[in-house]
Amino acid sequence: MLEIKDLHASINGKEILKGINLTIREGEVHALMGQNGAGKSTLSNVLVGHPAYEVTKGSVTFRGKDLLEMSPEDRAHEGIFLSFQHPVEIPGVSMVNFMRAAVNEQRKYRGQAALTASEFLKLMREKRAIVELDGKLANRSVNEGFSGGEKKRNEIFQMAMLEPTFAILDETDSGLDVDALRVVAEGFNKLRTPQTSAMVITHYQRLLDYLKPDIVHVLLDGRIVKTGGPDLAQEIEQRGFDWIKKEVQ
Amino acid sequence: MEQEKKNSEEKNKYVRDLTQEKYKYGFTTEVHTEIIEKGLSEEVVRLISAKKQEPEWLLEFRLKAYRHWQTMEMPTWAHLQIPEIDYQAISYYADPTAKKKDAPKSLDEVDPELLKTFDKLGIPLEEQMALSGMAVDAVMDSVSVKTTFKETLMEKGIIFCSISEAVREHPDLVQKYLGSVVPPRDNFFAALNSAVFSDGSFVYIPKGVRCPMELSTYFRINAANTGQFERTLIVADDDSYVSYLEGCTAPMRDENQLHAAIVEIVVHDRAEVKYSTVQNWYPGDAEGRGGVYNFVTKRGHCKGVDSKLSWTQVETGSAITWKYPSCVLAGDNSVAEFYSVAVTNNCQQADTGTKMIHLGRNTRSTIISKGISAGRSQNSYRGLVRVAEKADGARNYSQCDSLLLGSSCGAHTFPYMDIRNETAVIEHEATTSKISEDQLFYCNQRGIPTEEAIGLIVNGYAKEVINKLPMEFAVEAQKLLSISLEGSVG
Repeated sequence: MLEIKDLHASINGKEILKGINLTIREGEVHALMGQNGAGKSTLSNVLVGHPAYEVTKGSVTFRGKDLLEMSPEDRAHEGIFLSFQHPVEIPGVSMVNFMRAAVNEQRKYRGQAALTASEFLKLMREKRAIVELDGKLANRSVNEGFSGGEKKRNEIFQMAMLEPTFAILDETDSGLDVDALRVVAEGFNKLRTPQTSAMVITHYQRLLDYLKPDIVHVLLDGRIVKTGGPDLAQEIEQRGFDWIKKEVQ
Repeated sequence: MEQEKKNSEEKNKYVRDLTQEKYKYGFTTEVHTEIIEKGLSEEVVRLISAKKQEPEWLLEFRLKAYRHWQTMEMPTWAHLQIPEIDYQAISYYADPTAKKKDAPKSLDEVDPELLKTFDKLGIPLEEQMALSGMAVDAVMDSVSVKTTFKETLMEKGIIFCSISEAVREHPDLVQKYLGSVVPPRDNFFAALNSAVFSDGSFVYIPKGVRCPMELSTYFRINAANTGQFERTLIVADDDSYVSYLEGCTAPMRDENQLHAAIVEIVVHDRAEVKYSTVQNWYPGDAEGRGGVYNFVTKRGHCKGVDSKLSWTQVETGSAITWKYPSCVLAGDNSVAEFYSVAVTNNCQQADTGTKMIHLGRNTRSTIISKGISAGRSQNSYRGLVRVAEKADGARNYSQCDSLLLGSSCGAHTFPYMDIRNETAVIEHEATTSKISEDQLFYCNQRGIPTEEAIGLIVNGYAKEVINKLPMEFAVEAQKLLSISLEGSVG
């Protein structure tokens, strides 16, 4: 589904990604771990086309198409979704209007007719239930005045609305208490199908306990230095990253 | 005296085609138009009055205004760069309904070309086709082309017609109220308008009548090198109600066009008037060539007790806007509101706001102003809240927000307060914000392209004002906001 080859990227002239190679197949969940500054968020931003990052080398193919050629919105229309680490507030724009624009832009791209107001509201209600999102939040402005946990819940709600084929969860567990973490993780699991895949960025094992990744990667200084099964995450939880650093050296 | 005018210059066609999509009202109408010679003099004032077969008192009104105007200078206090205007290079009267000399003399017939023009603007003038619940007075250049539903309204005693017709049919009412809210000497542009005003609408709602439909005037400037000097007068008698809408567009021309209007509103005891404007005059091209100079004096007089006046404006057009719809709250317990969204893009300049003059007791006013600046434009809010000595218990709430797109534009706020009564309660809030790259990227990631995202954010920001507009207008205004800001980012 997603094939990253020798990807180099920089921000403000500073190289952060120094040759990433990664292949994610249909139905797989990959976890991406690593210390702060290793390049985890950079990788997710590059994949969704954030304009601040410059790709200097390498290629990314998504379902046979050259991803790097596409605008950010077309990447979204093709089925890529990023659950932001820091979701931004958009005062004055209600969640309803925001999601309606997003859903209908996607439908337009796929040659489908726009949803009517009542069809759309019905869809909102269904999907809200998946992450137990309060109806009141859905009527507020996008993320405005939401608590940290509510913002993350709202990200997964949007994911439910847009039904991406490939989702990136960038530290979705940060700022969540144990109960909220469970709701968000279970919500994510409900949305999984054999055709969808995901990349989960996290520092902690507890999110992975719920999400059960198939493959775990460790990112160090812009490169993937170690890849393993779910047990690798557990080992990192116990021993930290230093032993991997030593291994690399 | 008479020249035939064919409006088909094709220069700069390429540029025009390119910008056509953004300003879809930029077409011209090919119609025989009688235009008087350029220039302004007593003779011209007399000629306009004669063409309209006006009574002596009105000619005197015009001449007095003209003589006073000659002693005045153009105001320079606004935060605007106004190029020098040659008032002798403008024609002050253009009549697109004038019949060619050899044309058959059937007076009632409107040139189909004119009807087509208004159709194209989305303002059908055939009553069976017209928007339900809305009566329209369509004004092109200096003349009212047609007023719909006039007879239906007359059954309730409501007078809705062009001001020229009102002068002929209802001279007492016009004489009583004309200039009573905006005196001819009020300011430079008001004096100019009072001297040469051509058409506009007249509305009279009798005592106790609730006007059953929205009344609206649609202003269109078509002829080149002419000025439009419209005059609107609305009188709401005791216990009456009316909602009035005003829309305006102009063709895209490389030279500037002058529009200096006066709107006067008189609100008697317990009456209510809602006045909404969607101003979409041609704003000029991206380099600042062409566009309408919109210098307008609008004022309402809440004369009666418990009277209420509400101004709502969405200003997206014009190269330069100089406009302060104001209220004089004379009647005790009278209420006035001003809701405004002003958008400037490219090289547009706007200096707009309101004046709330509290004279009566327990009078209340609300000001909600939302400025949006993009491109290299300059957008200023200028407002005055005055509470007179005897206006016990006056209250005002003002909120002035500015939204900036990009970093080459300017937003300015000039709030003035003149409070002479200790019991007054005055609140003022102001914010300035910017659409951030992060907000736009967040929208992009959800599949919403940047232009649509700006539309969403801007409409969200302006919602409080848009919601005050009548339904059909609100939808139009939302689209307009998005279109006006197209190409303003990235």
